[in-house]
This record gives sequence, C-alpha cells and structure tokens, in this order.
Amino acid sequence: MSKSVKKFIEGNNAIVDGAIAAGARFYAGYPISPSSEIAEGAAKELPRHGGVYIQMEDEISSMAALLGASLAGKKSFTATSGPGFSLMQENLGLGIMSEIPTVIFDVQRSGPSTGAATKPAQADIMQARYGVHGDHSIIALSPSSVQDCYDLSIVAFNLAEKYRTPVLFMTDEVIGHLRETVTEVEPDPSQIFNRVQPGEDVTQAEFRPYSFSSNMPAPMPAVGGRLLMRTTGSTHDEKGEFGPGPANIDRVTHYLTDKIEKNVDDITITRSYQLEDAEVAFITFGCSVRSTMTAVDILRAKGVKAGMLQLVTIWPMPEKAIRAVLSKVETVVVPEMNLGQLAGEVRKFNDYGCKVIQANRTDGVLITPKQILDRLEEK
Amino acid sequence: MATYKDYMLFDKLPHTWCAGCGDGIILQSIAAVFAEMELDKHDITLVSGIGCFGRVDDYLDINCMHVTHGRALAAATGVALGNPELNVLVTMGDGDGTTIGGNHLIHCARRNIDLTAIIANNYNYGQTGGQYSGTTPTDSITSTSPYGHIEQNFDICKLAEAAGASYVARSTAYNPVQMRKLIRGGMEHKGFALIEVMVACPTHYGRYNRQGEAADMMKLMNEQSVPVEKARTMTEEELEGRIVTGLLVDKDREDYYTKYKKIIDAQNMDK
Repeated sequence: MSKSVKKFIEGNNAIVDGAIAAGARFYAGYPISPSSEIAEGAAKELPRHGGVYIQMEDEISSMAALLGASLAGKKSFTATSGPGFSLMQENLGLGIMSEIPTVIFDVQRSGPSTGAATKPAQADIMQARYGVHGDHSIIALSPSSVQDCYDLSIVAFNLAEKYRTPVLFMTDEVIGHLRETVTEVEPDPSQIFNRVQPGEDVTQAEFRPYSFSSNMPAPMPAVGGRLLMRTTGSTHDEKGEFGPGPANIDRVTHYLTDKIEKNVDDITITRSYQLEDAEVAFITFGCSVRSTMTAVDILRAKGVKAGMLQLVTIWPMPEKAIRAVLSKVETVVVPEMNLGQLAGEVRKFNDYGCKVIQANRTDGVLITPKQILDRLEEK
Repeated sequence: MATYKDYMLFDKLPHTWCAGCGDGIILQSIAAVFAEMELDKHDITLVSGIGCFGRVDDYLDINCMHVTHGRALAAATGVALGNPELNVLVTMGDGDGTTIGGNHLIHCARRNIDLTAIIANNYNYGQTGGQYSGTTPTDSITSTSPYGHIEQNFDICKLAEAAGASYVARSTAYNPVQMRKLIRGGMEHKGFALIEVMVACPTHYGRYNRQGEAADMMKLMNEQSVPVEKARTMTEEELEGRIVTGLLVDKDREDYYTKYKKIIDAQNMDK
C-alpha cells in the first residue's frame, strides 16, 4: 500500500508536495504574487529532502538556473505569474531547443503588465503556446482543484522527463489560493518517469545527445557522468554541435514540434462530466471548470441535457475530444477568464456547423454559473 | 602526462575567430590548465553564452552547455548547485558577461557560487559587427558610436570585487603564462573566481580606433599593462588608461553550496 496523507491546504501548497513527490530537488525562482507560496514551500521543504532552493535576481536567471540544474541531473521547477512568465520566455525557448526537462508553474493573474496584480485570470493560454519565438510545440496542464495541483504536478514532471522538454503548469489565482481537502498519495516508483539513460555499452563515439533517429528524444545523461554531454540553444546536429545547414535547421524544427504533436494521444488528458447524452456542451479548463459544473447541474435540474468537457491538458490541444463534442451537439459554450483564447482554438476544429458561444469574464473575479448560463440564454 | 590537446576537438579547427583575435590564446590556456591540473574531462562542465568568446565550447572536448546571451552565469549557478562536485567554468565576452549579463555577474559574485568565470574583454561586440558594450572606453569609436562614445565604461574587476567576488584577476592575451597561472588559481579557488582577459579585436575596435594591425594592438596592450604590485604604488592619474594585471583579490569566503549544505544537514539530523 502506498503511503497517503489527507491535508487541508491551498493549491499552491499542494504543488510543492506534488513536485517533491515527483522527485524534484531544485527550485530557482523570483517571488511574485499570487505564486509566492510555492517559493516559500520549496524553500522550506527542499533542504529537508536534500534539495536546493535558490532565489535568483530575476525570472530570466531563474529559468536559466533550472536548466543548468536539470542538466546536472536534478529535476527542477519554478513558480511565477504573468510578468515573470514573460521574462521566462527567452530561456523557456532554450529549454525547448536544448531539450532539457523542467516544470514551470504559472499561477495566472490579470494582465497585461502589472495588471490587477493578485486577481485571477486565465489569459496566458496563448503565451504558453506561442510566447517563445520560433516554431516549436509545448506541453501545458491546467488544474481545477487542489487535488489536481498535487496529482498533476507529478504528471507534469513525468511528461517533462519523458519528452525531454519544459512543461507548463497553467494554474490560476483561484486554484492557487483555494483551500480544500487533498489526499496526497505517495507515488509508487513505477509511477515516476525518470529521463531515459544511454545503455551501459554505449561508447562516447556512438553517443548522440540529440539523436534524430525517432520521434522521441534521445537518452539524456547528466553532466559529470560516464559520457560527455553537450547541449546548446543553437540549431545542432545529433552530437549537439552547431549545425546551421538548411536541411538540419528544417529537421530540428520539425523534430521539436513532432515529438509533441505526434504523441498527442499519450500526452493529453480530458475529463467528461454528464457528457454522454448531452445536447448542450461546455468546453473549459482550470478554475472555470468549477463554475461550469454547477451550471451543468442547474441545467440538468431543469431537464436540459447539458454536459462538460474539461481540458486537463491545454497544450497540445486535445483535438479528438474537442471534435467528438463538436460533432455531437448543436451548441458549445466555452467559459474562460479571458476574451476567448480557448474559444478560438475550439472554432479551429469546428467543421460541424456547431454553434460556439463564448462566456468570458475579465474583471478579476471568478466567473459564476449564472454568467455562463446567461450567455447560453442570450443565444 | 596530459597536454592541452587531450581536451581539444581538433576536427573543429580552424576556429571561427578572426586573424589576430586573442580568443584562441585563451582557448589554449584553458585547455593547458586542464592538463596541468590533470582534470578528468568528465568532471568539467563549461557553460558559455553568445558572442565571439562564447563559441569557445565548440573546440573543447568536455561537457558543454551553450546557453542564451548574457545568461551563462545564471545557468552555471544551476549546474554548480545541481552537482557541487563538478568543476564549472563559464566563458563570456564583455557584452555577454558584463552588459546584458551584468546583473547575473554581480549576484553570482555576491552569492559566491563555486565556479570560474573567464571574461574576454575586447571592448566591443565583435560578433555583431563592433558595436559599443559596457566596457567600451569613453571617446572611442565603434559602429554605433561613430561620433565618439559618451558613456563611462565598467571596470570589470572592480565591479566583481565590489559585488563580493572572492577571487579576481586580470591578464592579457599578450601574456599567456600569466593568464594560465591566474586561470588555474581561479579553478583551484573554492568560490566565485573571475579572470578578465584583455583581447584585441583588430577587425572592429582596432580598425575604428586606428590602432593598427593585430600585432600593434598586442604591443599596445602590453605597454598599457602594469603589474598590480607596481600599480599599488601609483597614483590614480598615473593609472589612467593603464591595464592593471595580476591577482587583484584572493579571499577565503565560504561558498554558497558549502553554506547551504549545512542547512540540508541540520534539517536531516534526526532522519
């Protein structure tokens, strides 16, 4: 039996517990509301597990330090919010290009810039996908409960290790500061994915830190081990050496996108609520899930066949699940705390003439079931 | 006996640097220090940024992490704390290390992270065509200061010392013997070590400022050099325009991880 404890804590606290349970042993960050509880928890807990917490001079250096520690063999993570997330984009790109795993927890707040600093929003969805310059793909998860903050943190580290890439955890102020009961089950070692290591018989001459022989990343030894390791933010060949030839640039560009986009089924997680016989469907994520579930219940009580698709993985988009809904119902409502970032993605897949309605709230207050239902009635 | 050749990737030569550039002299010095210290190449990790001297990792057969412009010291902080057993070396130019990366430099020095930073100072951004950097001397001409540079330049070593660096040294590409000694001293030093090496950029800075050929620039560099022992007897006016070389700061100060390890140990005493 796995060890398990029940706690009554905030989402931000559960993230620290989940990260440590996943094996994370290095945190570099810069304090920012509403994510600071994650930094404080990491500062307290990491040394107790032999790990290191360091507060860097900014989010640029934090992101760089995460990649350095990860290359030295430590699972690493940070937490931030809007302005800090913007500063991290530069070295997030380095992590993607160098294929170095790490996890970034973005506790989203109202923006742009300082915005309404501690008020919730879900408006970094497009920045998560496209904030880094250049073609690439990204993995991003979004929790809707404190339980998710613990469980999905473990999933986030596993995906980062498996796909050798930075993974984004797009939570928000509502879930970050929400206090509820969580059951923290210590994962069995078989549930923890550690980056693949080269075989013991692989020689330095044979070793390729960026083998392009498959759609999955090459094994990744830590620096300081038996094999010399070479990583770079430059377009590289299989040895990790500068490779700016046209064919190689094209190959790297496709590879970095394909390793995620061609494994969508393995990566994406969705949840259905009352969706089976639904005639009206909601597609949503993160804190908006809470209000949407109540909206579904209200409609069901009135005899309306309503249901909800929750995107636990928001990048890559769970296209199949979204298409399954669009092809089945006449009306889809997309509740979200931004001006329609997810709705635009849903429309991209709408080859079925389904009516897609937006339910948006951007005033820094959690969207309510009534607001969601009002949008449905207006149509 | 190991030689510098054991740490080099000869199939990558000839190097990318211009004729007369001093970066190659530093490259050989670094590899020679590895050999002198008989280091296992697996225990060395070099972190480099972007710029002419950031390309030094292309030619070294050790662990290499080539990162973004200005962020080498930040990434190296992660490497050094991720595995404190490693010998971490960071190579940067003046633009990379002290201009875009200036904030990381002072904080890395203040924290006393156990690594060795080598900054090649050629007074300008060579790789992008000779624009002015944070170390470009006042009044000099660069491609972006065509009417003379009006800004005050940084003294990298004074900056590092003020930030709390426990080992600070300066040498020039004219004096590889001294350079090797100082780099070795930095690598043997426990804590943050910075070695500034003056190098000529005959392609840009030298041409714009009519300093002649590479050899003329090297001679000028040598004429400007003053050993730190002698400099201590000179007035500020006498030191104007001179390059003070040698070991400038060498202090015993507990490094970051040694301190942090005490916290780890204290938190795990009853386990």
